[in-house]
Amino acid sequence: MCKDCGCSNDHPHSHEAAHEADRRRLAVRQAILTKNDRLAERNRGYFAARGLLVVNVLSAPGSGKTAFIERTAADLGPRLRIGAIVGDLETDNDAKRLQACGVPAVQITTGTACHLDAEMVARAARRMTLDSLDVLFIENVGNLVCPAAFDLGEAARLVLISVTEGEDKPLKYPPVFRGAQAVVISKMDIAEAVGFNREMALQNVRRVAPQAAVFHVSARTGQGMQEWYGYLETTLRQPARLLLGDVQAPRGS
Amino acid sequence: MHEVSLMQEALAIAVARATEDRAQRIHRITMRVGPLSGAVPEALEFAFGVVARGTIAECAQLEIEHAPILCYCPTCAAEFTPADFFCECPRCEQPSAEVRRGRELELVSLEVS
Repeated sequence: MCKDCGCSNDHPHSHEAAHEADRRRLAVRQAILTKNDRLAERNRGYFAARGLLVVNVLSAPGSGKTAFIERTAADLGPRLRIGAIVGDLETDNDAKRLQACGVPAVQITTGTACHLDAEMVARAARRMTLDSLDVLFIENVGNLVCPAAFDLGEAARLVLISVTEGEDKPLKYPPVFRGAQAVVISKMDIAEAVGFNREMALQNVRRVAPQAAVFHVSARTGQGMQEWYGYLETTLRQPARLLLGDVQAPRGS
Repeated sequence: MHEVSLMQEALAIAVARATEDRAQRIHRITMRVGPLSGAVPEALEFAFGVVARGTIAECAQLEIEHAPILCYCPTCAAEFTPADFFCECPRCEQPSAEVRRGRELELVSLEVS
């Protein structure tokens, strides 16, 4: 065992005799994610300058993020130009799915990383024609833990849970819900079949995320999607448009 | 397991700071982690053992300070530390939407030589 540092490793040490006496404390006080947070701020400015609303969509795998974005783009297509950046460990299946519905989409394959970070988003955004978009969804890697820690430069975070996941999901993963502007409960068309308790789920969301707007939707039947569109076009989108002095009515209306 | 990327980042900051101070070795790294940071202290410790190998922090001890959650209740106009993640105000029992502290994930200090 090394007498200087106390480690039990058998690696070569080159401790000097006076080494112990030299020990000093250095104050650092720096956030670990400083680099990511700075890049995220840069992304935010880059998006805001274009009047582009960017929404970071988080959920567990299979909650229906892609279907939710597909349906939103299909229904709002005539009024809003919607694009997507999609993160997965492997495959570009989700980007292809969205492209097939006419949504400009760029896939990020993270390899082994369990989350997207601000740099990946900046790189993906460069591959898109952002000026031709009004709303950009970032479909994060399916995971309710890690992506919560990484600011991507979004204007809003949306967390999706499906009715099959259990009403107590918010209680199990508080940090991700704490940071959400909106919580979407998806697959409502099968709620009855899986014995989903709507009141209990809502109560749990409210306990962990009292700040969040809550929507009950089915991307398949379109149930509840109108409320979400109203929120997207007014509460979420308005600040970005006001920033640019754009107070005209939305196109097509 | 984003704790590996977090520790890589923490180590990069630590090594840069130590090198700037012309230190040869890092003996102790002190971090501050809040319950809402999304990082698990045990996983950070595990990740540290892996990422520190072969660096000047190889033998360093990782010390993690736990930062409490601090919420604000607009009804009572007061700050409080909740007993759990639910952030209910102990006075009026309303859930608080305003978390003022508890998301910390920072490198506090180093002990070097």
